Amino acid sequence: MRIEILGVGCPKCKQLTANAEAAVKELNIQAEISKVTDIDKITEYGVMMTPALAVDGAVVSAGKVLSKDDIKKIILK
Amino acid sequence: MASNCMCNEAGVLIFPCSGGSDVGELSDRVARKMAKCGQAKMFCLSGIGAHIPGMIESTKAANKLIAIDGCPVACSKKTLEHAGFKVLAFNLKDMGFEKGKTKVDEDTIEKVASKISGGKVEKTISRNSGGCCGN
Repeated sequence: MRIEILGVGCPKCKQLTANAEAAVKELNIQAEISKVTDIDKITEYGVMMTPALAVDGAVVSAGKVLSKDDIKKIILK
Repeated sequence: MASNCMCNEAGVLIFPCSGGSDVGELSDRVARKMAKCGQAKMFCLSGIGAHIPGMIESTKAANKLIAIDGCPVACSKKTLEHAGFKVLAFNLKDMGFEKGKTKVDEDTIEKVASKISGGKVEKTISRNSGGCCGN
């Protein structure tokens, strides 16, 4: 599984990254978490509100800091 | 906060139909006027129609969605509703603008923008003779 955090690096993006890392750790799954900070790349995803979260290349959330539990639910879908 | 940060509150997003007719053009220019004046962020209706996930999710983050349609076909309102969004809809036909008979000029754009924004554009214009944001 590939999880991407889309955002230019503000505190909200960092919090979302931390929550995603915690979700992956609790679920004990193999996942690659990476940050997309390039604004052109972010807009290529159609994202206009950050932070956003993409799973395996598909944006599943934008404009909010999902909690660890929210991210776990998304991963388990 | 990082420069170019896009994490500010989504606020109000505005979706004009931007159709090919004069009233479509008017909807588009009104939306651009309101965006320029900081009353709403203009967004891409075609991205909603295409179900671009990033655009759908970004739209979900908004506090309010405004659709401006030029004619009773109401493509903007229907596109947003079809995607599952609740929308505050304005139709230029209801404001007296007829397809094929509408002159699109600055005066008309400001009048419509003022109606949609509840008079905010007009009030600001009266203070700044150059328009709501000096344009």
